[in-house]
Amino acid sequence: MRVRRSRWGEKIVERIIRIVALSTITLITLIFLFIAREALGILSSSDSPHLLPVPHEAAPEIYGGEGNAGAAPEVYNPEAEFPEVPMGARSPAPQPGNGEAHPGLLQNLLSTVWQPVASQPKYGLLPLIAGTLKITVLALLIAAPLGILAAIYAAFFAPRRFRELIKPVVELLAGFPSVVIGFFCLMVVASIVQETIGTTYRLNALVGGFGLALAILPIIFTITEDSFANLPRYLWEAGLAVGARPWQVVLYIMVPAATPGIFAALLLGFGRAFGETMIVLMASGNAPLLSWSPLEPVRTMSATIGAEMGEVVWGSLHYSILFLIGVLLFVVTFLLNIVAEFWVRQRLLRRFRGIIS
Amino acid sequence: MPRGYGFRKESSWQILIGASVIGITLLAALCVVGLSLSLLGHFTLGGLPHVTWEFLTEAPRNNNTEGGIFPAIYGTVMLVILMSILGVPIGTVTAIYLAEYAREDSPFTRWVRFGVNTLAGVPSIVFGLFGLGFFVQFVGKGIDWMLGLGLSWGKPAIIWAAATLAVLTLPVVIVSVEEALRSVPRELREAALALGATRWQTIRRIVLPHAFTGILTGSILAVSRGAGEVAPIMFVGAAYSLPELPKSLNSQFMELGYHLFVLSTQSPDVEATKPLQYATTVVLLLTTFVLNLAAILLRLKMRKQRSTGH
Repeated sequence: MRVRRSRWGEKIVERIIRIVALSTITLITLIFLFIAREALGILSSSDSPHLLPVPHEAAPEIYGGEGNAGAAPEVYNPEAEFPEVPMGARSPAPQPGNGEAHPGLLQNLLSTVWQPVASQPKYGLLPLIAGTLKITVLALLIAAPLGILAAIYAAFFAPRRFRELIKPVVELLAGFPSVVIGFFCLMVVASIVQETIGTTYRLNALVGGFGLALAILPIIFTITEDSFANLPRYLWEAGLAVGARPWQVVLYIMVPAATPGIFAALLLGFGRAFGETMIVLMASGNAPLLSWSPLEPVRTMSATIGAEMGEVVWGSLHYSILFLIGVLLFVVTFLLNIVAEFWVRQRLLRRFRGIIS
Repeated sequence: MPRGYGFRKESSWQILIGASVIGITLLAALCVVGLSLSLLGHFTLGGLPHVTWEFLTEAPRNNNTEGGIFPAIYGTVMLVILMSILGVPIGTVTAIYLAEYAREDSPFTRWVRFGVNTLAGVPSIVFGLFGLGFFVQFVGKGIDWMLGLGLSWGKPAIIWAAATLAVLTLPVVIVSVEEALRSVPRELREAALALGATRWQTIRRIVLPHAFTGILTGSILAVSRGAGEVAPIMFVGAAYSLPELPKSLNSQFMELGYHLFVLSTQSPDVEATKPLQYATTVVLLLTTFVLNLAAILLRLKMRKQRSTGH
């Protein structure tokens, strides 16, 4: 009888554990559903009174700059922030014909001006998307050569002492909270860049891109180094055996063999930089301009959410559009992850994500 | 004989290329090391002198331009404690599934692993949106509606911030606890099973106690990650300036990282509060690094136990 009973218990326990193990998938589904739900407000919300642009003390265009008198909201005040928006006001189900609530919304979203707090609010996402791509590419241009070359040195040429030093140091860099990196760029990097290049804007895409590069450097270094370490030893030995110098083996055999790993490193670095918020919010100037110059301020998608979500009226069109940007961020990083997953062995990913990142 | 010594004599340009390959990679490596250390050095040197007893124990005064950061320290500690209470059990059970029950080839297992990896890749600001859309607007408002409370849970609060961070740090917990469970020697499980213990009994009485250090490591790593995250909590409960400490689960709170952000970008006079900013940074860095160091030491101990054999 005892055995029987404990078998029953076993079954139940196993069931429960299986259900809890589903939590990650459930959470991802929930994340997508609930962000999308709030974003769907753009279809259903009509410009009822509570959606009218609130008179704002001219929201500062450039956060984090000097002389920024951005009146951030004081201690939370429920009465002020919730002008009784009933739950139903943002009914998630778009009713037929309701897409007409905002005539020309699509054109508005695809326009080139982001001016959400104005009497004629403009929600052009293009400058934000372009800004995000610009600063992410800048970050990769800085971090990729550094990270990959340093990984090559650490994996193949470094004396043992140096190898034992560089790994903890990179972990140290990975341990810096992004708000601290942002602060560093704001205080130090911005000044250095301004003094050496003489830029018009103290905070610009280059400063933010450098900060992002600091954030993704550990990812790129670690995954690249790991993919070198996982190459079979015989590649190295065979190369030397046919008379190649070590640098030739590295350049012509090891690096090409590790390409998938390097590619995945770049992809994950890109994904991280793409969604990173605090660094760009603090160090990139935050002006939604559409330009190619790396020396002008830039506003990313994530920074837009970070800067404006705190002051937006819940349930308004602006609010829904910020969530729409969130959906975009989620979908892009999700797709990047799937591709990276396809390229890298599961183990590598797990190591870097759980322990390094 | 030196490695890779060939029969053919090398031409001088080959030697040149070889030297420059090594030189350039060395330069990159030195750059990486230099950057990390200068970051650390800059804040330690610039901030440590400003960390005084008053700074650690007083509340900010005069619109964050004077006083200390005690409420931010307190808020951060409460936040990560709540976060661990919410997140570590779920993460541990998931890790138990992955390490003890899962068959690697089953689609279910692949789905769970996919979930862990994907969750780790979601940008932190998206977690913030999720916290707002799900915890505050849906769960919180739902509680208010069901209990007829007006507005007490459906607003940004420390509990929702903690829940958001718990979701964000779940992958960290899962990965490190799974590693810990896998490092428990097979023989222990087999011995227990051979004595007639059931699978769950084996896990609960043998495996989990052995993996305790690992579970602790996982929690510490999660805490150190969570303590440094600002983006997810900016609009889920962190307050700009709040001299009094959070009294209940639905209060707002101050947090170190957010405080640094506020001080350095939202303050009316950024220059005047520079010492405060540097001191806050040092406290934040110390918190995360001490936690990280503890995790690394625990992990070393765990590995040593494993290699010397129980």
